Amino acid sequence: MDVLGWTLGLGGGVLIGLAAVLMMAGNGRIAGISGITGGLLPPGPDWSWRAAFVAGLMLGPVPVGWALGHSPIGAPAVGTGLLVLAGLLVGFGTGLGSGCTSGHGVCGLARLSPRSAVATLTFMVFGVLGTFLLRHGIG
Amino acid sequence: MKALVALLAGALFGAGLALGGMTDPRVVLGFLDVSRMADGQWNPRLAFVMGGALAVTFVGYRLVWRRGRPWLAEKFSLPTKTKIDPRLLGGAALFGAGWGLAGYCPGPALASLPALDGGLVLFLVAMLAGLAAARRV
Repeated sequence: MDVLGWTLGLGGGVLIGLAAVLMMAGNGRIAGISGITGGLLPPGPDWSWRAAFVAGLMLGPVPVGWALGHSPIGAPAVGTGLLVLAGLLVGFGTGLGSGCTSGHGVCGLARLSPRSAVATLTFMVFGVLGTFLLRHGIG
Repeated sequence: MKALVALLAGALFGAGLALGGMTDPRVVLGFLDVSRMADGQWNPRLAFVMGGALAVTFVGYRLVWRRGRPWLAEKFSLPTKTKIDPRLLGGAALFGAGWGLAGYCPGPALASLPALDGGLVLFLVAMLAGLAAARRV
């Protein structure tokens, strides 16, 4: 059993939850990454808080790297062609479905939204299928 | 001020993803590869991250909503769509497939950009193109 990994996972989850609560308490907004990012394409009048959130997202891992003593950012696990295909699917899918792991999976489930529950179940099932294809089909 | 709160929230979010191991696609794929349950090599870490995030958000949202309004806005801007339609289902299915093929959802992918990996940059460019394209459908 990887008790350390599970504990760090739980701790990371608590930080993500605090981030979602802070976003709601301060700005009254869902911390949905695809929605926040999509709102920058193109930037509208509310671009500044969206850009600030994305900038924070990129800064956050830095102190974690200091604490852990190594970079928490892993290299991609698949080749360039798959990365591009996966990127298109992730972007188009989250845009069409109005949310990703954060907006539906964390914030939506916490709101007890039936839409988010259905979306989360769907992307989990298709995530498992995608990885199955990667490991046993095209990988 | 709104930007400052968003910067802080983003940084907390990014730190949580990193601490939880979500900025390593191998950890994410290790969770989605449920066939590894058979040989005991399945990695449940993502479930701990989501479980921790969900518990804190569930309780925290209710405490915050009791205050009636956010500190820096007139009201809470909650999603208004309620219909479970083909856009939601199709979008979630396509997103899930892409997530399973590379181990990146939008948050971890953006949080990993400072490592400046060429492949990840291509993923992000494709993701932004996909997001922009979805607005025209």
